[in-house]
Amino acid sequence: MFKRSDQDSRPSVHIVVDGAAVAAREGDTVSAALLASGRDVRRATAVSGAPRLPYCMMGVCFDCLVTIDGVGNRQGCLVPVAEGMQIEIQKGKREIGR
Amino acid sequence: MTKLADAIIVGGGIHGCSTALHLCLAGMKPVLIEKDYAGRHASGVNAGGVRQLARHVAEIPLSIRSMGIWERIEELVDDSCGFESHGQVLVAENDSEFDACRARVAELNALGFTHEELIDGPELRRLVPAVAESCPGGVVSRRDGAAEPARTTTAIRRKAEALGATVVEGVAATNIRKQDGLWRVDVGADSYAAPVLVNAAGAWAGRIAADLGEPVPVETVAPMLMITSRVPHFIDPVVILRGRKLSFKQFANGTVLIGGGHLATPDQDRNETVLDWRSLAISARTVFELFPVMRSATIVRAWAGIEARTRDELPVFGPSARHSGLYHQFGFSLHGFQLGPGAGAVMTELIASGGTQTRIGDLGIERFHSSPP
Amino acid sequence: MNTTPRRDSYDVVVIGAGPAGLAAAATAAEAGLSALLLDENAGPGGQVWRAIASTPVTERGHLGADYWAGTELVEAVRSSGAEIIQRATVWSLDRNLEIGISLGGASCFVKARRVILATGALERPFPIPGWTLPGVMTAGAAQTMLKSSGLVPDRPTVIAGQGPLLWLLAAQILRLGGRIDRILDTTERRNYLAALPHAFAFMTSPYFAKGLALMKQVRAKVPVVTGVSELAAVGDGQLATVTYLSAGRRETIPAELLLLHQGVVPNVNLAMATGIEHRWDDLQLCWSPVLDRDGNTSVEGIAIAGDGAGIGGAEAAIVRGRIAARAAVEALAPAAAARLAPMASFNAALVRAERGRIFLDTLFRPAPQFRIPSDDTIVCRCEEVSAKDILDAVAIGATGPNQLKAYRRTGMGPCQGRLCGLTVTELMAQARGKSPQEIGYYRLRAPVKPITLAELAAVPKTEADVNAVVRG
Repeated sequence: MFKRSDQDSRPSVHIVVDGAAVAAREGDTVSAALLASGRDVRRATAVSGAPRLPYCMMGVCFDCLVTIDGVGNRQGCLVPVAEGMQIEIQKGKREIGR
Repeated sequence: MTKLADAIIVGGGIHGCSTALHLCLAGMKPVLIEKDYAGRHASGVNAGGVRQLARHVAEIPLSIRSMGIWERIEELVDDSCGFESHGQVLVAENDSEFDACRARVAELNALGFTHEELIDGPELRRLVPAVAESCPGGVVSRRDGAAEPARTTTAIRRKAEALGATVVEGVAATNIRKQDGLWRVDVGADSYAAPVLVNAAGAWAGRIAADLGEPVPVETVAPMLMITSRVPHFIDPVVILRGRKLSFKQFANGTVLIGGGHLATPDQDRNETVLDWRSLAISARTVFELFPVMRSATIVRAWAGIEARTRDELPVFGPSARHSGLYHQFGFSLHGFQLGPGAGAVMTELIASGGTQTRIGDLGIERFHSSPP
Repeated sequence: MNTTPRRDSYDVVVIGAGPAGLAAAATAAEAGLSALLLDENAGPGGQVWRAIASTPVTERGHLGADYWAGTELVEAVRSSGAEIIQRATVWSLDRNLEIGISLGGASCFVKARRVILATGALERPFPIPGWTLPGVMTAGAAQTMLKSSGLVPDRPTVIAGQGPLLWLLAAQILRLGGRIDRILDTTERRNYLAALPHAFAFMTSPYFAKGLALMKQVRAKVPVVTGVSELAAVGDGQLATVTYLSAGRRETIPAELLLLHQGVVPNVNLAMATGIEHRWDDLQLCWSPVLDRDGNTSVEGIAIAGDGAGIGGAEAAIVRGRIAARAAVEALAPAAAARLAPMASFNAALVRAERGRIFLDTLFRPAPQFRIPSDDTIVCRCEEVSAKDILDAVAIGATGPNQLKAYRRTGMGPCQGRLCGLTVTELMAQARGKSPQEIGYYRLRAPVKPITLAELAAVPKTEADVNAVVRG
């Protein structure tokens, strides 16, 4: 859906998305990295299980909710990627405590 | 213009609405006056506990009467009110608390009340699997449960209107007086007159009672609540603690309500409260210790409803000690929601037939006026 | 690792590091006040100058002069002595000017003598059928990805809506070699006539020439359809096509990405949760705080500057930030205020900056059909509540947004009404024959952003403990 600009000379950062290695760039937010990855990163809502992707990318819509390093319901559009970060796409009603 | 009614009820909380509904069922035409909208304050934003458990002995008969109505609430108001009866459990966190539970249940049994039942550790963990292992037992009231407060108050109000009650919202009742044998109240440009006046004005009721010469030691309080995002179902009954301030309830939609009576600072004239996050943090810590599975749940909102608490934390319920035709129904002190349906029914009996079979003698306003005026 | 505030109280705490917040913090700190600037993003700039200190888009012409204009102000704040904390989420503010802040998973509180809210704007909800489908985003979202990560669309893409941002975004995407298949302009034809009386002021404003140049650039490369109505996103679990009506004909175009935009509105959540009075703005069709000339709100000690005070754009936001900060300096350190530029000069600058705004507001006033949806169109994205659900609740007695919560849980999800509040107000107002002001808005509550139970549980117990931790 999105491609990176040729001008982008930022160093790579490696994250893990549902167990798979994904290359991001330093300064990407988790949501931007997921959308740039080309993977199916749709989450499922906790209400009906409907698929969603980030909508606003500025911290207001909460459609980017994602599990980051074991903590669920984080706003992926506000969190910068870090080397080795573990991302899980939230599918439906989550278990509590993770 | 003065409009005549059979009764004027001041206050559109669950109590005022319930009394309006029951007066209609008894064939009367009440008018209910609410300065904001029905259920705006404590009745619409409380924890929704439908609880007989752990009540003061003086209000148990009213609570039991009310429970009977809750169990057929849908029949009464054409709405389930979200009422679910999964019991309420009081958790003892140590042996001395458990001893106190044992004594309490024995005391109730001696008085003839059987709704509270002592449970040991295994039964506690059967009812509340997520509770910390260290808790030795507790008390259960199996018929108890919870309902959705705003939905309940709205449903009762709607049914009262359907049966002929007039509900006036958005204008305060002023200039409350008795004149020519009738209670009279100004509501904006209108006036209402009726032989009966019910003071069910919650946090604002103390002022009305005082203005009518019956001051009551009552303060305005704002108990705080907070709610989490949806989490998978893990608990059925409402849980309260014996020793610490906590009530805990998971709704069918997965959200978890955390309360227990820590107070915000109310600003009655602004209809506002300022939350005390350090007290809410205490609630959070209690949940953190008691239900480890909740630690990563997110808090999405906290709030507080404005209500009245009396010095002895019992309601002021029954006829005025001073004026005929005046009835008080306020001061429920953080535990009035469950009493709402029953209190409306009993109040109607007091108004319509001058008496009730339900024992409410210890709740009268005269307890604060022991010496004759 | 996040830094925590160095002190437990400040003369001025500014919330939001966009144009208004940067200007306010710089002004307050330069006057010698202790100033703390809190911002939720990884770097300063807000939305308009997002990622200005880190953007990978280094070709300066690609983002444009208005973007790079922010550099100066960011430098000014950095050298002003103001303490700046990024990735700080403010989740509570109350009448006592106590501020709850979440920093890297831990919360703390600071007190302020004055608070300046510069929480900016968010894009107006655009509730069309299918707007919750993956592949439908706001234009602002695409611009955020473009500025902060150099990402542009490379699959079939449609941009729909109206307003200056839409054209700016389209131009930026094209400059970076991104793909746009069609632009669907939803501006109502009658708006041109309504805006005409304000056209002179606009034509003499800086917006005019810039706007024309952008539209020309974009039209040279992308087909633009005007007079678009009945817009819908269609797909099964993923956007597949966009359909619309134009010149009486229904068109369908395949698309993997639909970018929506119909202007921005003040981001009021923190201000409203604090108890600040707001009124419905009939021109901008949104809630705006009730403010005095200096930006002071109904809550003593709290001012609002920037688009959160009513949409005015970046230039006006800078000036309003300076005005609010100068007023704070006047109140707290009158002697220092004498060294600042006089208030009259700021007020004159504000008049200049706001020139042409009424024209834009009138021309780009969103059509009722894009503000007030019907039938199965989702209104509340969090709780998945449709327009019909809401109208059904109105029919059985829900009178306003707060009563509606009890029927349908609208606004009770994590976004706290940010993407449904305006729609709910207007929808209920229309259904009940009342004005939006009469219908009102959700009573908002802290935390305005969710915090975990563990984070709250770890909040220090007493004032003394708080100090110990904060200073530690």
